[in-house]
Amino acid sequence: MNQLLQKYPQEIQAVLARYPADRKRSAVMPLLHLAQQEPGYITKQAMLEIAEILEMPVTDIDSIVGFYTLFHEQAEGRYHVQVCTDLPCALRGADEFLRQLCENIGVKVGETTPDGMVTIEEVKCLAGCHRAPMFQVQGDGDISYHENQTVESAAALIQDLRNRKEAA
Amino acid sequence: MSAHRILRHRDIPNIASLETYRANGGFEGFRKAVAGMQPGDVLNEVKLSGLRGRGGAGFPAGVKWSFLPNNLWPHYVVANADESEPGTFKDREILESNPFQFLEGLMIASYAVQAHDSYVYLRGEFWQIAKLLDGKIAELEQAGLLGEKLFGTEYSLRLHTHLGAGAYICGEETALLESIEGFRGQPRLRPPFPAVYGLFGKPTVINNVETLANVPGIIANGSAWFREQGTEKSPGVKVFSLSGCVNKPGNYELPLGTTFRELIFNYGGGLPEGRNIKAIMPAGASSSLITADDRALDTPMDYESVAAIGSTLGSASVIVLDDSVNIAWMVNKTVEFFKHESCGKCTPCREGTYWMSHITERIVKGEAGKEDIDLLNSVARNMQGKCLCALGEFSTMAVVTGIEQFRADFEKLQRS
Repeated sequence: MNQLLQKYPQEIQAVLARYPADRKRSAVMPLLHLAQQEPGYITKQAMLEIAEILEMPVTDIDSIVGFYTLFHEQAEGRYHVQVCTDLPCALRGADEFLRQLCENIGVKVGETTPDGMVTIEEVKCLAGCHRAPMFQVQGDGDISYHENQTVESAAALIQDLRNRKEAA
Repeated sequence: MSAHRILRHRDIPNIASLETYRANGGFEGFRKAVAGMQPGDVLNEVKLSGLRGRGGAGFPAGVKWSFLPNNLWPHYVVANADESEPGTFKDREILESNPFQFLEGLMIASYAVQAHDSYVYLRGEFWQIAKLLDGKIAELEQAGLLGEKLFGTEYSLRLHTHLGAGAYICGEETALLESIEGFRGQPRLRPPFPAVYGLFGKPTVINNVETLANVPGIIANGSAWFREQGTEKSPGVKVFSLSGCVNKPGNYELPLGTTFRELIFNYGGGLPEGRNIKAIMPAGASSSLITADDRALDTPMDYESVAAIGSTLGSASVIVLDDSVNIAWMVNKTVEFFKHESCGKCTPCREGTYWMSHITERIVKGEAGKEDIDLLNSVARNMQGKCLCALGEFSTMAVVTGIEQFRADFEKLQRS
């Protein structure tokens, strides 16, 4: 039984309709985004199901998941807080911002808070250079930008994310 | 200053609504093109305007469109909204705040090359923008501006968004096509070029968001209107993304040919108190560095003039470095970026960025000797001209020009 197909029949049809009928494989990234929405990462089961829907080898799907940084291969925090530390952001203090934020939260870059809610990550350019320090939050099937941040505002936002536990 | 041509939302705050956009001349260009012009005439008007690609290469857009052969069908147009160059944040503002002008440009381009399905490739982080565009596209379908038999003609057009998932390389046009086709975003060997063998193996035009946002004005008002701004060879206005050590970083829409000094000091509010300008990176992390002397500051920012002082205008992502910045540290930052974003397909880039990152890390940690500076320079120079795509080449720019112009900064960090 293909759970993905059962769960999102209309979404999957709408995605497939965007591409020529003999180019189904083009739908692989949209379907991976869809599959990641709820669990927060791409399960092996989802890869098998996408392979079945698109009639493509599951190893190809695995290699695509590995290539693109927004696809996660294992369960991490429910929210990924991804801070940009590229050159323009670093010129506006992003490295120091990230160091202090980690200290404040009590985790290192790449680690997840003990409640499993938030993973702090360092990422490459997010096209928000003029409003650094800035980061994005990926989780619950959404990505949001947070710009002109201070350690205090970011820590408060992270606390807010951690409090969402009940809503899960 | 005259009214904005691209960042029109700064003059007309609600222009992201269809009603407001149409009330301000929106879709007049598209209607004029489809209902009253031959595709060839549209193409010709864009050629006459001299509009050059705003994504970085500066190639004339109309000429690019004219490369599509008329004996191979279907044709596709793909908008490149994969904006990921450190220092670049202009397309994001256009997409978020003036989305219909961009979509109209894409629609006119599609008509000019007779494409019936066109795609917008967005970087994965533009998740909310993709949702916004999906909504705008649905509105256009309802309003009869997209779909079958537009304006009572035989022309039909559908637009689709395609969301990436975090890979700088997908801004390279052939990697972008691979990504839409459901593969890893790795560049193709060229030739054949996308104009002949592009999306799904068919003739394809790929244009940057800002390039397309220029098109409605050209068709509605004519190429002569477009040429009122800018220079003879670099006509029109450009959105400059200003970042780094300046008081007022942000996007500034100015005529091509505006000087660095005007942008940084008049518009960008200059540098913080007590700091002096040291160097400029005019094309983001991919730039050849420019030492910020008077000659450089008075250089007009157009494609030819910036090339004449040894750099490139690129996407006009001007990063300002002040005298507190050590250039070796800056080089380490850019190299780290390219190492992370190298797709791994060709050896010079995959291995070169890896080694450059190792060496620059040693340098900034104070663990390197003089021989390491020469080694770094040698690795970079050996990569040049040997990479499959421009990304590999870009990764060497700051390295080579940084050592050339600011060697003392590297030596300062040498182990004692």
